[in-house]
Amino acid sequence: MGNVGAKEIPVLLSPEGLRIDGRKLDELRPLKIQAGALHHADGSAFVEWGANKVLAAVYGPREVHPRHLQQNHKAVIQCKYNMAAFSVDERKRPGLDRRSQEISKVIGEAFESVVFAEEYPRTSIDVYIEVLQANAGTRCAGLVAASVALADAGIPMVDLLPAVAVGKIGGAIALDLKKEEDNFGEADLPMALVPQSGRLVLLQMEGHLTEPELAEALDLGVKGCRDIYEKMKQALRDRYAVSPMAGASP
Amino acid sequence: MSEEVDAEIRTTHVLDLAAEGKRLDGRGPNEYRKITVEPGFVTTADGSALVRIGETAVVAGIKLEPGKPFPDTPNAGVLTTNAELIPLSSPTFEPGPPQPGAIEVSRVVDRAIRAAETIDLTKLCVTPGEKTWVCYADMHVIDHAGNLIDASLLAALTALAHATVPAKRFGIADADYRLEVQHYPIECTFVRLGDAIVVDPSFDEERAAQGRLTVATDETGRIVAMQKGLVGAFSPDDVKGTVRRAFEHGARLREFAKHGAP
Repeated sequence: MGNVGAKEIPVLLSPEGLRIDGRKLDELRPLKIQAGALHHADGSAFVEWGANKVLAAVYGPREVHPRHLQQNHKAVIQCKYNMAAFSVDERKRPGLDRRSQEISKVIGEAFESVVFAEEYPRTSIDVYIEVLQANAGTRCAGLVAASVALADAGIPMVDLLPAVAVGKIGGAIALDLKKEEDNFGEADLPMALVPQSGRLVLLQMEGHLTEPELAEALDLGVKGCRDIYEKMKQALRDRYAVSPMAGASP
Repeated sequence: MSEEVDAEIRTTHVLDLAAEGKRLDGRGPNEYRKITVEPGFVTTADGSALVRIGETAVVAGIKLEPGKPFPDTPNAGVLTTNAELIPLSSPTFEPGPPQPGAIEVSRVVDRAIRAAETIDLTKLCVTPGEKTWVCYADMHVIDHAGNLIDASLLAALTALAHATVPAKRFGIADADYRLEVQHYPIECTFVRLGDAIVVDPSFDEERAAQGRLTVATDETGRIVAMQKGLVGAFSPDDVKGTVRRAFEHGARLREFAKHGAP
């Protein structure tokens, strides 16, 4: 994908059906989620997912800036996804590019689909996603981090939003692509799931898929999201659980 | 009546109608508005088209110029797409840098053109590593009555399919020649209105939408791009249903891009 005329295409799938990092097709990269990672933010999270390192912070509900975006019947959710200049092999020019703006839009809309925004009229809930180190799947890592950060900030939501990208490599549908698989694979399909309803609030796709392959990819992605969901809940438990003996008098 | 109140009343009405399987303009849930395509609308461009879907109108223009290939793809030409949502087309568009909505239209259209390998970029290369054709596809939305993505891609694709490479003008060959289009991606956009999922949303339907889903398919049976937008959600079964419908509509819309008429 996007590599017309590129020099060499690596072998992404071994004859035994293993991927370049030894994973099976339906296997996630190691995922570590830390709820509450920043001092000032109302809610925050740090996600290390494969070789991705992504921070998310939530500020608000607070006053809306710029003022004209204010809505009388609900909070506005303003999402900013940004990649650090040093997060990729070749330095990325800092600042807003079109890709970041599109990702900010679709992630913001995904959260607007689950946050009870009517609870906070005339306010803004600001979600910042900062990619420090990128290795494919950063919008999903950012979504997971931001979702945990929203929960950490105490924002009421229908549910957490686990997210993962499914792709096609060496003709097979695979879960959670890493960089080489994303660059040289045949398709990429990031998605975010509302576990309670089983519906998708983020879905994008680029590449080549047939209808049966799409069905398989959706299936695999939903399963992956359910595993990630458990890790997100665990991260919040780790931060907020109190031992039954805590505070008891000696 | 204030714009806000008017929008609220229309939204309620659109959703009430959808619950009975009806639409504001009398269409069925799986029916496009009338489509017209006019290739060669702008003669100063190397390829162009005016596409109307209902009252939505988009002009696309192709310009080809010699340039340098990217260092990482020395054997491939360069394709750049851009959509402008100019203020004359809608009271909701403002002058200035592109808003997220315009960027989304641009990128979703670009994704379909690129992933479908609409143009064989290696054929645009003149001298590997040094000289290649740079192909610009610019889309101007001139009237916004909903469903800008489908109209913009159809306009760009029609313009590409009717474009000429100005090789003589730039002294690269003795004669100009037709730009070769090898695949025809078509995007079909659906919105959720309550339990209904309708194709080709009008302006009012987009404003009432509880989620939007665009599916790009090509003539070989491949899905080449998708984009869920706006606030709302789709189940995996909803997605599969829209893909099926996108293939059916795609087959019909493709004929407009190829021949300027079905």
